[in-house]
Amino acid sequence: MSESTPVAQPARVRQRRAVNLPTLEGPARASAYVCEAVSCLSTQSHEVLIGLGEQVADAGFKDVAIKRVGCLGLCAAGPLVQIPESGQLFTHVRPDDLDGIVEALAAVRPGEQLAPQAAFFSGQLRIATENSGRIDPESLDDYVDSGGYEALRSVLASMTPAEVRDEITRSGLRGRGGAGYPTGLKWNTVAKAEGSPRYVICNADEGDPGAFMDRSVLESDPHRVIEGMAIAAYAVGASEGYVYCRAEYPLAVSRLGKAIRAAGRAGYLGASILDTEFDFVVTVRQGAGAFVCGEETALIASIQGGRGTPTPRPPYPAVAGLWHQPTLINNVETFANVAPILRNGGDWYAGIGTATSKGTKVFALAGRVVNTGLIEVPMGTTLRTIVFDIGGGIVDDQPFKAVQTGGPSGGCIPAEFLDMPVDFASLIEVGSFMGSGGMIVMDDTSCMVDVARYFMDFCREESCGKCVPCRVGTTQLYMLLERITQGEASMDDLAQLERLSGMVQRTSLCGLGKGAPNPIFSTLRYFRDEYVAHIVDRVCPAGVCKIEPAPVMA
Amino acid sequence: MPVTARPEAPSDDKRWRIVETRMRRLGNRPDALIEALHSAQEAFGYLDDDALHYVSESLRVPPSKVFGVATFYHHFTLKPHGDHTCVVCTGTACYINGAGEILTSIHARLGVKPRETTADGRLSLLTARCLGACSLAPVVIVDGEVEGRVSPAAFSARLEQL
Repeated sequence: MSESTPVAQPARVRQRRAVNLPTLEGPARASAYVCEAVSCLSTQSHEVLIGLGEQVADAGFKDVAIKRVGCLGLCAAGPLVQIPESGQLFTHVRPDDLDGIVEALAAVRPGEQLAPQAAFFSGQLRIATENSGRIDPESLDDYVDSGGYEALRSVLASMTPAEVRDEITRSGLRGRGGAGYPTGLKWNTVAKAEGSPRYVICNADEGDPGAFMDRSVLESDPHRVIEGMAIAAYAVGASEGYVYCRAEYPLAVSRLGKAIRAAGRAGYLGASILDTEFDFVVTVRQGAGAFVCGEETALIASIQGGRGTPTPRPPYPAVAGLWHQPTLINNVETFANVAPILRNGGDWYAGIGTATSKGTKVFALAGRVVNTGLIEVPMGTTLRTIVFDIGGGIVDDQPFKAVQTGGPSGGCIPAEFLDMPVDFASLIEVGSFMGSGGMIVMDDTSCMVDVARYFMDFCREESCGKCVPCRVGTTQLYMLLERITQGEASMDDLAQLERLSGMVQRTSLCGLGKGAPNPIFSTLRYFRDEYVAHIVDRVCPAGVCKIEPAPVMA
Repeated sequence: MPVTARPEAPSDDKRWRIVETRMRRLGNRPDALIEALHSAQEAFGYLDDDALHYVSESLRVPPSKVFGVATFYHHFTLKPHGDHTCVVCTGTACYINGAGEILTSIHARLGVKPRETTADGRLSLLTARCLGACSLAPVVIVDGEVEGRVSPAAFSARLEQL
């Protein structure tokens, strides 16, 4: 990071063609939900929306609603269109071939709304993402019609801040950003800390490669996050909030900004919210492409306009955070769970999940799995259910090799743990980490040494440079892994790799360095033979690494 | 204390007004630094010395700190890009689905590596650490448009035609 290194020039939000949707006369008999999250948008879902609007108008339907919605989840098969009245889901929709959808809309009889029947949907339980794919993310009315801001209203009308915190504590909710710190405990610490003003920060700096849960929640249901933040602010006595969002997510930033303005106009944000004495404003701050800013002290430094370098804890942000004031930092998904908990009660939430991990978790399924996309399942769901039932198995029926969780601080979980229930504790037991919820499925075409090298390359580049163990250690570890993948390492190098990994883990300042050796530890634990094959036999079993043949002795 | 006059924009280019407005809306406070740099880069495509000095004077942040922040974050660039930009995602899902082959293929055809611009200034090649569109892996962004399930050879051939 010493010189100017242009990396990502993220897409600005393109001005898309305006849509003229048919006007309804009376309630809709049938509706078509068109997904407009990033993944489907990039496969022309906006053109599908326009086309459907035109065709429905041409057909003269006066009782069919065409609606833009957030993520429907099954991103692999986009663009997606769903008819909720019949439960039909149309995949890989082409803008020039919409007749089938129009015919289906014509045939719909009014009645109950049905979820699509595929295993991808039936295996899920949606709480944080319950509105994703159901409401128009840019419409406050749609959010309010589906029960939005009701939790905030009843909290302000009938609960004390302490009662709100008790409800969150009773729910057993733990931070969804990775470490799983009990949310109620954190809220209580901030509430009891001395100092004013206090701040609430939403961490939307979703940096783990292969994780896109927060992006999807923000793009699909931004008001939900705002409502969660407002309730949190009331509970801890804060009046100002920030959302720190990655600049790589321009659509999320744009929808969040629209939602904040709409909420302000409607009296859900600003001064005297819902005619009470509670004031709360929210500002969006964009990141600028630094993974380390997901670490809370680095994030605070970045909001203050500085380089995103972490500081030692304690003091924790709960006591001395933004501008050295008590600050509550929670992740997007954590805030998305707040309103349902207040609406249905902490005991309801605590009834879902496992003994130590309550509720549900949103996972981003990616890699060599058929149904890549976004899922939400109860804590304790097995990996096999996630990968093979919901995920539809491995691409081309290749053998499953491992699933990587926890991003660059996580690990690779091999096939022998497929029947393990997934929660915070079980993942740590097998040497991985919940992280923010990215799950990357790997088959035989992935070399585990190369995967470890890939993550170390990531950490080496993203190290902020403040502390030596991380800045120098990650580079040294990377060079050792590079030697192994090139077939030039000795068994002494492997021993050195293990020693150095332990040192970096023990002595780094923040989570980035402490977690950086985890991919090495976990691949060594389950795939040590692959390391040995590279070193001793000079072959890459997966055929990924290019190893020159050994010189023939004369 | 006398109120110091607002610093003059480096030129009468209208785009400076966008930057000025963004800073003013944030109260010209030092913590608006990253937002100010974002708006300057959005307006001009990159951050030159004029932009850095203008932001520094407007927010009363030392130039050393402005330079420090501008070079710390990957998003900011001090050099202009080519006419077209291509960002190849190298997040984990893209990586195991062949992002490396895309980069190799582009290098073979156009002679550029990540963070380089072709000699004729037509194309800048960049990489990104996960764009969050993992379902479409491998993913690229060409001039702001996301494209998924890219095939290396066909894609680099198309880049040549831009």
